[in-house]
Amino acid sequence: MTTNEALINYCLRLGDSSLILGQRMSEWCSNGPILEEDIAMTNIALDLIGQSRTMLTYAGKLEGKGRTEDDFAYKREEREFYNTLLSERPNGHFGDTVARNFLHSAFFYHLFQALKNSKDEMIAAHAAKSIKEVTYHLRHSSEWLVRLGDGTEESHNKVQESLNDMWEFTGDLFEMNEVDELLIKEGIAVDLTEIKKEWDKTVNQVIERATLNRPEECYMQTGRLNAIHSEYLGHLIAEMQFLQRAYPEAQW
Amino acid sequence: MSNTDNQGGVWEVFIQSKPGLPHKHAGSVHATDKEMALQNARDMYTRRQEGTCLWVVPLEAIVSSMPDDNDSFFDPSDDKIYRHPTHYVMPDGAKHI
Repeated sequence: MTTNEALINYCLRLGDSSLILGQRMSEWCSNGPILEEDIAMTNIALDLIGQSRTMLTYAGKLEGKGRTEDDFAYKREEREFYNTLLSERPNGHFGDTVARNFLHSAFFYHLFQALKNSKDEMIAAHAAKSIKEVTYHLRHSSEWLVRLGDGTEESHNKVQESLNDMWEFTGDLFEMNEVDELLIKEGIAVDLTEIKKEWDKTVNQVIERATLNRPEECYMQTGRLNAIHSEYLGHLIAEMQFLQRAYPEAQW
Repeated sequence: MSNTDNQGGVWEVFIQSKPGLPHKHAGSVHATDKEMALQNARDMYTRRQEGTCLWVVPLEAIVSSMPDDNDSFFDPSDDKIYRHPTHYVMPDGAKHI
């Protein structure tokens, strides 16, 4: 594997995770619990889709075959997506979304903090720009986790269950393979075992503030590195790609 | 959603567009507490570079005059143009005023 091939794959991992989580958040549009929250979640969706555009465009440039961000987003199939398993989890109820976004935002937050120092200028610039948005996503989801966890008995129990349900998909966030190994050597990627330590600190801190319990360690699902997904991703991309599939090359 | 109003209280939102300028009223948001009010105000009103500082104030904390007060509050100034600095003619030699 060449550095270029590894870097393309790395961009797809970052870009796809933002894209899929963004698509999930956009499903909340017009369905939020209150108007303010509806807008907040749609804003987050837009931030994430914006982030994915940079990385998918860059992947196309590195590949050099003329593929655009749209080609990557709308013309790949399920087994070609490298997003985190956590990002594709269904929205469920509001507490499920809060738990998923919290765990994912904490991951992005520490990952982007570290990637700001990447030797690849594009990745470093992407991280520096995205960190501002992700800082807010983490704040937003953390504050909601605290309010639901430290709210009523019902909200506490529900969001604890949401956290428990999401937990088995958090191991996948930190899986690494030869792509990481190669890019870490080049100073482009970061060691995810280091990110995991920071992630643990943040997650533990907020879970404690929320009077919740950190879920017990359990069997962890994997798949991201090999583009193997849960049953939910196919449905998500079917909806996301519908227009391009039904009306190929449709333009605004 | 049920018919009971569980959106939280109303918070009035003020935005400062540039450092040094006064905060201007922009609108209102619903929220259950300070932090959420600030976050909601950020999401509703500052996504397009509208400002450099945000205030949120619980609606109950704002005391407003009532239309009935208008006669006694505002009208007496109608015929007192000497309360405006422009009423006075400046002497030709006066500087730095």
